[in-house]
Amino acid sequence: MNRTLAVLLGGALALGLVQAGTAQADELVIGVGSEPSAIDPHYHNLGPNNALKEHIFDGLIKQDAQQRLQPGLAESWEPLDDTTWQFNLRQGVTFHDGTPFDAEDVIYTIERVPNVPNSPSSFGIYTNAIESMEAKDPHTLIFKTPGPRPLLPTELSNIAIISKETVADSNGGDWPKTEGFNDGSLAVGTGPYKFKEFVKGDRLVLTANADYWGGAPEWEQVTFKPITSDGPRVAALLSGDVDVIDNPPTQDLPRLESDPEVSVYSGLSNRVIYLHMDQHADETPGVKGTDGKNPFKDVRVREAVSKAIDRKAIVEKIMGGVAVAAEQLLPQGMYGASMDLSVEEYDPEAAKALLAEAGYPDGFELVIGTPNDRYINDEKVAQAAAQFLSRVGIKTGVDASTKSVFFKRRNDFEFTVYLAGWGAGTGEMSSPLRALVATPDKDKGYGGTNRGRYSNPELDAKIEEALATLDDAEREKLLQEASELVVKDYGILPLHYEVTSWATRKGLAYEPRADQYTMAMSVTKAD
Amino acid sequence: MLVYFIRRLGQSALVLVVMALLVFVGIYAIGNPVDVLISPEADLAEQQATVERLGLDKPLWEQLWLFLVNALGGDLGRSFVHGEPALQLILDRLPATMELALVALVFAVTVGVFLGLWAGLRPDSLLGRSIMTGSILGFSLPNFWLGLMLILVFAVYLQWLPAGGRGDTVDLLGIRTSLLTLDGWSHLLLPAITLALYKTSLVIRLARAGTREVALQDYVKFARAKGLSAARVTYVHVLKNIMIPVVTVIGLELGSMIAFAVVTETVFAWPGIGKLLIDSIVNLDRPVVVAYLMMTVFIFILINLAVDLLYSLLDPRVRLSEAKA
Repeated sequence: MNRTLAVLLGGALALGLVQAGTAQADELVIGVGSEPSAIDPHYHNLGPNNALKEHIFDGLIKQDAQQRLQPGLAESWEPLDDTTWQFNLRQGVTFHDGTPFDAEDVIYTIERVPNVPNSPSSFGIYTNAIESMEAKDPHTLIFKTPGPRPLLPTELSNIAIISKETVADSNGGDWPKTEGFNDGSLAVGTGPYKFKEFVKGDRLVLTANADYWGGAPEWEQVTFKPITSDGPRVAALLSGDVDVIDNPPTQDLPRLESDPEVSVYSGLSNRVIYLHMDQHADETPGVKGTDGKNPFKDVRVREAVSKAIDRKAIVEKIMGGVAVAAEQLLPQGMYGASMDLSVEEYDPEAAKALLAEAGYPDGFELVIGTPNDRYINDEKVAQAAAQFLSRVGIKTGVDASTKSVFFKRRNDFEFTVYLAGWGAGTGEMSSPLRALVATPDKDKGYGGTNRGRYSNPELDAKIEEALATLDDAEREKLLQEASELVVKDYGILPLHYEVTSWATRKGLAYEPRADQYTMAMSVTKAD
Repeated sequence: MLVYFIRRLGQSALVLVVMALLVFVGIYAIGNPVDVLISPEADLAEQQATVERLGLDKPLWEQLWLFLVNALGGDLGRSFVHGEPALQLILDRLPATMELALVALVFAVTVGVFLGLWAGLRPDSLLGRSIMTGSILGFSLPNFWLGLMLILVFAVYLQWLPAGGRGDTVDLLGIRTSLLTLDGWSHLLLPAITLALYKTSLVIRLARAGTREVALQDYVKFARAKGLSAARVTYVHVLKNIMIPVVTVIGLELGSMIAFAVVTETVFAWPGIGKLLIDSIVNLDRPVVVAYLMMTVFIFILINLAVDLLYSLLDPRVRLSEAKA
């Protein structure tokens, strides 16, 4: 029996030797930390799904690495008046199965988006502003919106166009099913890569679409391997199993950077980590020693907390330098970010003075809520913030829990102060403003994640005005003013922007993306 | 035998139902999966719509009732994350875990019994004592550490074997298996060894203890006296008699290897059901977790039955006593 075993062992070892030497020149293997939940591009609005759909499908408009809008299946677009948009579609584009692309495909796609069964996060939020659609001719499309909708092009950049001819009859006249996309039969797009194989939890294989309208892609074949644990993902890169990995853990970055066989690429992301404070009522769950008052309704206390936290120290010591201290909710240089704001200076003396002035010379007791598996070093950052606050007299503890528990508790308003993050999917300032600090309003769709219930009518009016202004320069100015308003009112406390890293084998380069997506199109040969 | 069988079946069904209820209510209490799954960009109206689409707005008793009614029809619900039937998701991944567990099992039994026999027959030799010391090491090394060390040595430094994932697969009667390709074996080896080490140590100790006991029995002395070859005495008379405890323990361990190879699967990015379970718990994907644990109970029941049957093959006395009862 041990002879058989020896043979097997020897065979496997020999094979491993051969394998290690056969990395094909035009094949790319990417180890990803999280895998898409479906191939269906309209099923789940989630980072890995959105990154994948960019490979197989195209939107009318695409977002580049800095999330600026670029022509996709639409060559150009313009507002005809306040509520009408014209999109001029690209001619001569075909889907992977040869069916031609035209306006009917777009109309069909947008009608399907809100009708995906069991969708855990619908893309309908990007299409519900469209009141009607009309194909003036096969390559000219008119959209009508009920009011001015300057973000329509940005919203449409999230919608992958599917082929009506291919999918319409797949489900007996009903809307096509997600399963059809997952098994590949309906996963037919116009994108740079074609679907080849998807084995959940194991691999996702794509092949080049040589006829891509944007030029043939760089890689013949791309394989995504989900490796959820950080250590094994790094090991897979070091052993040569994979060529690129995303999100190498921060503690391994110095080691990877010093490895001559590995290159590390990092870039600023659109994700801000912030502290939100309950400003709703006098009753608040996480504070003690204030005679039943909620100290965070007082702007002086909020300012004191902001001044008490040394953001630069957090970036240096906790984040290992792989983050950038934040002055507002979106990094400067992105659309709508104010250039006049700067990072709050660390000033514990001023913080103490402000607390005394507000009537808390001896501070009070506070608990900060935080997830411990959602953002980079989330719990450690909260611990650091708690220590800074304790130094100025606010005796602060940390209540950390796993994300599924944390988000439920946060949404039930169980925290007075909590740490969370926000990635601006649209890549511009209205996204964080609308979600995090606008007064919650179900009808307008505002304040969906404003669990501090900050409310500032002046700010609301400014956001509303911006979102009804079609002129890009004017809208940007309004957003910048809104951003300054909330930062100066300490409505929310930005801590830092996450920096996203990718590690590749020597000879490859990765263009970092602000949206944190891991894409084969961003990998090039570095020579 | 039939009465016994029916009674076992009844008990198992009860366990199945109680377990499903516990898990269902437990996960309901942890949180709302929509909070984790939905894009943060979704506004309040869309959050509400999603809760309704997944049927999570209904009161707990109604969700539970729907689940039980559907479960009777064999439908354990659809994954909140993947939108596919939960049972299908698990069955798709089961072959990967099964082959990992089986290879580990074969490794543990062959190596374990052989080394255990050796150590039992020559308890005072240097090799015998080294085997026993080695088995203590096997007991005490944590699984994930061993896995990472194997990756470090064989994948990162020597680059002989891949660091993780599953190799090429072929379809065999509709089941995807990597046991028939060399690439598959090269991927399988490290995780299988990691998973097997603890069981191997266990088998070594069982086999050694059994051997020492059996070797002193009269029938072994008699077999020797009769002039049978040492090999025949060892591999027929001794081996057969030490297998009963080994089979019992391995049967139970096989169940836990299939159901809870979570750590090994995570370290080696092995696309089995253990990894699915972890992902599903993190995302509060209740249908998958419930279906998974129900299937686990089912597997344990099956294995226990198989162990009972194996007993009667190995030990004629079991057959006799059951025939009387």
